[in-house]
Amino acid sequence: MGAGHAHVLYRSADSPVHRLPPEVKIAAMVAFTLAVVATPREALWAFGAYALLVAAVAALARVTARWLLLRSTIELPFVLFAFALPFLGAGERVDVAGWQLSVDGLYGAWNIIAKGTLGVWASLLLAATTSTRDLIVGLDRLRCPQILTQIATFMLRYLDVLVGEARRMRLARISRGDDPRFVWQLRGFAAGIGALFLRAFERGERVYLAMVSRGYTGRMPPVWQGTATATTGQWLIAATVPVMAATVAATAAVLT
Amino acid sequence: METLAMHISNGIINGPVAAVFAVIALAAMAYCVRRGRQDLDDRLAPMAGLVAAFIFAVQMLNFPIFTAGVSGHLLGGALAAMLVGPWVGALCVAVVLVVQALVFGDGGVAMLGLNITNMAVIGIVVAYLLIVLLLRVLPRNPAGLAVTAFVSALVSVVVAAMGFVLQYQLGGTTDLGGNLTGLASTMAVSHLFIGIGEGLITATTVVTVAKVRPDLVYALRARKPAASVTVPTVGGVR
Repeated sequence: MGAGHAHVLYRSADSPVHRLPPEVKIAAMVAFTLAVVATPREALWAFGAYALLVAAVAALARVTARWLLLRSTIELPFVLFAFALPFLGAGERVDVAGWQLSVDGLYGAWNIIAKGTLGVWASLLLAATTSTRDLIVGLDRLRCPQILTQIATFMLRYLDVLVGEARRMRLARISRGDDPRFVWQLRGFAAGIGALFLRAFERGERVYLAMVSRGYTGRMPPVWQGTATATTGQWLIAATVPVMAATVAATAAVLT
Repeated sequence: METLAMHISNGIINGPVAAVFAVIALAAMAYCVRRGRQDLDDRLAPMAGLVAAFIFAVQMLNFPIFTAGVSGHLLGGALAAMLVGPWVGALCVAVVLVVQALVFGDGGVAMLGLNITNMAVIGIVVAYLLIVLLLRVLPRNPAGLAVTAFVSALVSVVVAAMGFVLQYQLGGTTDLGGNLTGLASTMAVSHLFIGIGEGLITATTVVTVAKVRPDLVYALRARKPAASVTVPTVGGVR
């Protein structure tokens, strides 16, 4: 992956949200999520307010609802877990459509689904508006230890090396008469996983040495940091969403 | 009992418990950063990146067990501990979790402390202790290495899963009453199977790497500091 390339979730566009410096967006997203999680689960209206905030930011970032919903399927396993809770939970029971459901379990399920979904939406919005490179720059500016940003840089860079190498090995198997359909392709894949790792490493090592020979010292060059760091104004603009969320959370905590 | 992917999402564990584990995770990571800096030389840096990328890719494979309801994924802790050592290994797993939480929404941001404690701290500690112990006991040949990798991966996955059960007991948002033992046994059984898969993958990978490039396997390095290759040769001669 070259410096300008982006991950699959990035939606290349130009919007006020895209233009915000990455460190501001990361901080805002984390603050927003914390506010959501801190909200008491009985305050149903608060979660509606959060959803409205997400919708407003999504509209500003030109991210469609369809895209957000499609990508939210990542949390499906936990939604399934949530659906089991009303049946498994202890304590007081209510009668819903003939089933004895646990009240605590019902609230628990709602808690997981609402907070989980809002968290996923917040990170999807961050992903949609921030390229891989900007993400690393943002973490770096937030004083993340250099060793972590270094590992993260290489991880994102080598992900494509790994995928490319896997594709090449699969093609090589097919061209030698392998029939990669159904489950048995797993066997070929499993047998080749060590080789895949080694091949990807040797390629990655060359990438690394090429970087070192061009002056890499463990930190990305200043060119990467190109766009100016966040101004106070930008911090204030981005703070509106988490501040509103925090207000909602505080109100909800007082009311319940 | 239904699905439990290892990444805890927002709202499953309550705030105070999440905060306590966030502090634990932060302290552990700060220590790893300090120790990891000494380890991360020019041979380990690309390896750490690749291990992280590998774990990232492997964790994307959520595979079902028995029914579609129960699923889990590989953790990669033992692989990381084996190839890049415990300190950098823990950082690799933590980086994977942070990026997944920030960008992919996999695992809630507020639950990062819990996830890092389970997978990057507990998983790696258990795996590395077993690796050190088994490598001392078992013969130094590919079979011994394979057994080491397999056992440490298997055990670390199951113990990390138990970390979640403990956290749920401390601060689960829904009181499961007597069903908590059910949760524990489901987690143990399902992660036993995941552990077997993880053990096989870890063993194959580590043995292949050890056969071709034994210098790359951290666990096989002599205890004395590797003196020779510190400055990379420009042009990639080895």
